[in-house]
Amino acid sequence: MATRTFIESIRETLAGEMRRDPATIVLGEDVGRKGGVFLATDGLYAEFGESRVIDTPLTESMIVGVSIGAAANGLRPIAEIQFADFIFPAFNQILSEAARMRYRSNNAFGCPITIRAPYGGGVHGALHHSQSVEAFFTHIPGLKVVVPSTPHDARGLLRSAIRDDDPVLFFEHKKLYRSVRGDVPDREYTIPLGSAAVARPGTQITVVAYGLMTHYALEAADTVDDEGISVEVIDLRSLRPLDRGTLLESVRKTGKCLIVYEDNRFGGYGAEVAAIVAEEAFDYLDGSITRLAGPDVPGVPYNHVLEDWFMVSPAKIADAIRTLAAY
Amino acid sequence: MGRSTAPSGLGDAVGLSDEQLVGMYRQVALARAIDERMWVLNRAGRVPFVISGQGHEGALVGIMSAFRRGHDWIVPFYRSIAACLTFGMTPRDLLLAQFAKASDPSSGGRQMPGHYGSAAHNILSTSSPVATQILHAAGIALAAKLRGTDQVAVTFMGEGASNQGDVHEALNFAGIHHLPFVFVVENNGYAISVPASKELAVRDVAVRAAGYGMPGVIVDGADVLGCYPPAAEAVRRARAGEGSTFIEAKVTRLTAHSSDDQQTRYRSEAELTAERARDPLPRFRAQLRDAGVLDDALEAEIAAENLRQVDDATEHAEGEPDPTVDTALLYVYAEDRPPAAGA
Repeated sequence: MATRTFIESIRETLAGEMRRDPATIVLGEDVGRKGGVFLATDGLYAEFGESRVIDTPLTESMIVGVSIGAAANGLRPIAEIQFADFIFPAFNQILSEAARMRYRSNNAFGCPITIRAPYGGGVHGALHHSQSVEAFFTHIPGLKVVVPSTPHDARGLLRSAIRDDDPVLFFEHKKLYRSVRGDVPDREYTIPLGSAAVARPGTQITVVAYGLMTHYALEAADTVDDEGISVEVIDLRSLRPLDRGTLLESVRKTGKCLIVYEDNRFGGYGAEVAAIVAEEAFDYLDGSITRLAGPDVPGVPYNHVLEDWFMVSPAKIADAIRTLAAY
Repeated sequence: MGRSTAPSGLGDAVGLSDEQLVGMYRQVALARAIDERMWVLNRAGRVPFVISGQGHEGALVGIMSAFRRGHDWIVPFYRSIAACLTFGMTPRDLLLAQFAKASDPSSGGRQMPGHYGSAAHNILSTSSPVATQILHAAGIALAAKLRGTDQVAVTFMGEGASNQGDVHEALNFAGIHHLPFVFVVENNGYAISVPASKELAVRDVAVRAAGYGMPGVIVDGADVLGCYPPAAEAVRRARAGEGSTFIEAKVTRLTAHSSDDQQTRYRSEAELTAERARDPLPRFRAQLRDAGVLDDALEAEIAAENLRQVDDATEHAEGEPDPTVDTALLYVYAEDRPPAAGA
């Protein structure tokens, strides 16, 4: 067992998968000599060379579109979009092409690509280096969307994503890269896509989260625990497919559900979670299904006062827990 | 002029035998016969939609004759009937797509007609947003280069699609990496109703190749034989590791954009009549007859055989079952599997 930061875990997983499967390639902006702007691919260029670690032009549509074609002809591309905020030039390739290739060809062709993208706010990234973009992609059948929160899960989920025969979007919260450390087993393990984790067991309220918000929810749960409120934190880990079983089992047990996400509130991923809980666990509920999310402004403002206002925080989550607990 | 038993010499300069020339003629004529049948079926109310490649077939057969079927890759678009035929898709395959039947190899009836694909023939499934496919072809070429497969990827689109940003991104990448890739623009002068003068800031799309460090070649798409040598050179370059080639074929669109379009709203009768002279099929036929490669008997035999195949394909496809709704959820993901038989 080794202790790793979040980004070390990702880097080592990429290297391990590239050693295991010669069909894997990494492509993206600055992923080569520089090793990525966050150094997620550091060392890959030296080990695997420029043919398998490809510095692309600043062309996100090309990064994804070329990955789709390369996958059709026997490679297993791992694409990096430098910031999730810059993924939109590739949206058409992801939506109209990658997600639909298998369905539209009646299973004649697949699209085994992984698209990694750093996302999230609280890092002084302002409107265009802070976004949570998952809701755009969780809406699309044919895609899988993964958001790990720990070094352990990042490794197991990234292995599964790379080995999956369908397109997977793998969103990594930038703030976790170096702030989170954790045990990562040396053994070759995977975590199936579509399995949530009970990050903290509890009895009175279920808090549903993913990515950075899992950590904030755990902090908040510690805080209110001292006040006598027992919180169960569900870390979804995979947003599509969604582990409905773990989610619903928890809510049926606690009777209260708070969904925390960093994205804009309106139409965000939490809305789908709320709808599922309402439809499938209504009889168990003892309080309003509640969402705590980013405000509905077009992006995270830069100034630290405004950024703090935007971001969901452990304190805001604790307040929302207290309100729901008192319902 | 009758057919001679001695070699005609017509294809000598470009390295094509008389037998190959006849084979190419068969394909051009077959593509046309299939296409015409699709329109008949549409006008008879038996299929809801047609998108057509009439006028483009000569360029496609001329170009595709330079590629290796079963080895190289095509990423087609909706006017690629002739290209798909050259790579082994059959009239039945194309008519099954037209009728959108369960056994349609392109999509099992899921896509609109004209969206061809076949894993068995290295023809990648294609979509409707134009020009997206060029990046897939570049990716296929990248994989071919990295894996050392000696394959070449070719893709096609109209000059209208060629203005999309994906084209710039793909050609730039192909140019940087000297990919074994051939880009064919079938310039028929119209993007549905918008003439080339309102689509392109240049007269010849191929001049844009200079911006990507690759040769840009212009061919007359009405001249089937003339399309072959530049394609053969492009394929040679690709296999030799010398990089990509941009080919612009000046073609004519003999039909409306699709069965839902009426081109007399934006093209004059005089223009349409003049464009008929740019039909590659009668021109190729006359060229082969003049050289003694084709005579009345062979021409009639080919026409009869093509008609037989088109009739067979029509009858077969129309009689095939529709997909059933219990299959509609399948293949969103790889793990989706049909229920086991008897389950």
